[in-house]
Amino acid sequence: MDVLEKLTILTDAAKYDAACTSSGGTRTAKKGYIGNTSTALAGCCHTFAADGRCVTLLKVLLTNRCVYDCKYCVNRRSNETRRAAFTPEELADLTIQFYRRNYIEGLFLSSGVFRSPDYTTELMIRALSLLREQYRFNGYIHAKAIPGTSPELVERLGFLADRLSVNIELPSEAGLKSLAPDKTKGAILAPMRQIQSRNRQSREELVKFRHAPRFAPAGQSTQLIVGATQDTDFHILRLTQGLYDRYALKRVFYSAYVPVVEHALLPARDAKPPLLREHRLYQADWLLRFYGFRAEELLDEDSQDFDTRVDPKCSWALAHLDFFPVEVNTAAYERLLRIPGVGVTSARRILSARRAGPLHIENLKKLGVVMKRAQYFLTASGKMAEGLRFTPDSLLQGLIAAERPLLPQQEAVQLSLFEQTEPA
Amino acid sequence: MEIFYHYDGSFDGFLSCVFDSYVHKEIPAGFSSGEDGVFTLFDSRTVPTDPGHAARVLRKVTALSPEAAVLLRRGFLTCLPEKERYLFRLIAKLLQEGPGFLRNRSDETLYPVIRAVQHLNGEVHLLKGFVRFSDLGGVLGGEIEPKNRVLPALGGHFTARFHNERFFLYDRTHREALFHVPGQSVIRPLSAFQMAPPDEAEARYRLLWKRFYDTIAIKERENPRLRMSNMPKRYWGTMTEFQREDFFRPSSAGAVLPPPIPSGLPPGPEAP
Repeated sequence: MDVLEKLTILTDAAKYDAACTSSGGTRTAKKGYIGNTSTALAGCCHTFAADGRCVTLLKVLLTNRCVYDCKYCVNRRSNETRRAAFTPEELADLTIQFYRRNYIEGLFLSSGVFRSPDYTTELMIRALSLLREQYRFNGYIHAKAIPGTSPELVERLGFLADRLSVNIELPSEAGLKSLAPDKTKGAILAPMRQIQSRNRQSREELVKFRHAPRFAPAGQSTQLIVGATQDTDFHILRLTQGLYDRYALKRVFYSAYVPVVEHALLPARDAKPPLLREHRLYQADWLLRFYGFRAEELLDEDSQDFDTRVDPKCSWALAHLDFFPVEVNTAAYERLLRIPGVGVTSARRILSARRAGPLHIENLKKLGVVMKRAQYFLTASGKMAEGLRFTPDSLLQGLIAAERPLLPQQEAVQLSLFEQTEPA
Repeated sequence: MEIFYHYDGSFDGFLSCVFDSYVHKEIPAGFSSGEDGVFTLFDSRTVPTDPGHAARVLRKVTALSPEAAVLLRRGFLTCLPEKERYLFRLIAKLLQEGPGFLRNRSDETLYPVIRAVQHLNGEVHLLKGFVRFSDLGGVLGGEIEPKNRVLPALGGHFTARFHNERFFLYDRTHREALFHVPGQSVIRPLSAFQMAPPDEAEARYRLLWKRFYDTIAIKERENPRLRMSNMPKRYWGTMTEFQREDFFRPSSAGAVLPPPIPSGLPPGPEAP
C-alpha cells in the first residue's frame, strides 16, 4: 500500500479526536535541528478544515488496527474497515516534509491498540525516537498515552513529546462499562496521575539543572465525548472541573458524538451531532479556566443542562440580576469578568484605561466590550447606555438575538424550529 | 504654517519629516512618497532623509514611552490610509501631554493607530500558519498577498524556525521578498516573480497535503461559514490545499531555479 493511501486511511481514522493545539511548547531553535515551537500564546493554526476546525498538527494514527471493541469507535475490532500502519520512516518523512513546507506545526500521534497497550506504545516510541533523534525534529509533538500502558513506557513517551493526552472519552463509569468494556476508569486515571506528577517533578529539576530533560512540557489534555451516553452537562462540567483541580490538565476537549455505527446503546445512525451542546460546554469550560466560575454556579441538581437559548454566562447573569449593574469605573477585575460581553482582554483594558480618566459608555466599545450584551449589565460614570429600556423578558430576547449570528448556521435553524414548537 | 511633505517612503524618512516640522514649526497637512506627486493646494516641500534626525526623534519617543516606539514602527507597516498623519498626531500628543493617554485604548488619537496595528498583528499571526513553501531544488520558496507590509514583522518567525534552510518569501502586494540563508536574512524589493512548477517530489508532497486536508474534515460537521471567518478567502489564493489540479502535476522540465539570492547578504533589518 502506498503512502497516499495509508495517509488517507489513518487520517480518516484519527479525525474524531478534537484536540489539535500547539500551545505551551518551549522548544527554541537549535543548531543542527529542524524547527521550534510557536511562541504565540494561542498556538498556531495552519489551516481550517471544511468543518471550520483548526488544523495545526499532522493528526494521524500509527495504525488503526485495534484489539478493543469500543462500541462508539470507528476503529473497533468488529468494524469492517480497511486497516493500515505507517512505518516509522514513512511517518518521520511526512512530518519533516510537511513541516518544512509550513503545512503543520508538528505531529499528533495516536494509535489503535495493536496487540496490547505496551506493544503499541513501544511502536510509537520507536517512531518518535526516529523522528527526534535521526531526523532531528525539534517541532511540536502531541502523543496519545494509551490506557493500560506500563509506567516505564509512559515515562519514555513523555520525554519525546511536548504534550501527552489520555482520552477519557466516556464521561462516566457506567458509560465505559456498557460501551467500552475493555477500558476501566482506573486504567485511564493511572497514566493521567503519573503524567501529572512526572511533569511537576521535571519542572522542579529544571529549576536546579538548566539542561534537565523536559517531561511533556506542554502538559496533558483529555477528551470527553458528548452525546453518546446519557450523562448530563452538569455531570460533564463537574468532571471537567475535577480534572482541572486534581490533575492539573491544560485542556479538556469535548467532541460531539458523530454516529458511526448502528447500536442499540447508541444514538441512531442518522442523529445529528449535538454541536450546540458541545459549544455550550466549551463556553462553560472557558468560564472555569479564565473567569473564576465554578461548575456549581452554572448548573445544579435542579437544572442539569445548559439553556440552549443563551450562553452560560448570560444564563448566570439572568439568574443573578441583583449582582448588576456593575460600575466599570470602580468594580474589581473579578466583578468586571462577570459582565456578559466583557472578556479577559476587555476587562484588563478597562482597568488600564480608567487610570487615565473616568470612562463613559461611548469608550467601552473601543475597549472591546460587546455592548449588545454588556449594555444591560453595566454603568459607566453612573449612566447606562442612552435610551436603553428593557423588561426581564425583552432582556432575554435581546441576549438571544445578540448571539444568534455567532452560532453555527445549522444550530440557528434548529433553534428557530425549536422556538416555533414551544408554547409561548 | 501648514505644509505638505514629500519623502522617500522609508521609516527614517518619515521621522525626518517629523523632525523638520518641529524645527520649522510647521504643521504637516499631509505626506506623500514615491513617484506619484500629489496635487495639493498647500505649500509642499521635499524632506531629505536624515538618519541622524530620525534617530533623535525615535530616541525622544522611546524615552517617553518604549511602547509608543513599538507602536510607531509597527504602525508604519500598516495599510492605514494616511498612516503618516495618524502617527504624526500620536507623536505630537505624546510630546505635548506625556505618555499617560497611552493607557486608554479608546483615546481618539491612539485608537486608529492601535486598530491598524492590531490588523497588522492579526495578519502576521494568521500568516505564520497560512504561508506555504515549495521545495525548489533544495531552496524553499513561498508567496503571500497581505494587505499590510508584514515581512519585517513576520520574518523573524520563519528565520528562527527554518534557520538551517535557504528560503525566500515573496510579498506580491508590496513587491518585496525576504531572503534567508543560514545565519543571515534580508528584505529586498523584487518587482516581478513567477513561482516555478513543481518537480516530482514537490508535486507528491503537495498532493499528500491536499489529501490530508480533505480527509481531516468531519462531513457531518461541515461549516463553511465558520471556516471562512477563521480563514478569510483572501488568504486561500496562496495556500496549497486550495489550488487547482495543475498545481499538483509535476513539470517535465524538472527542478527549476528560484530567484537569485542577493550576494553578500547583510544581516537583515531587526523586526520591530
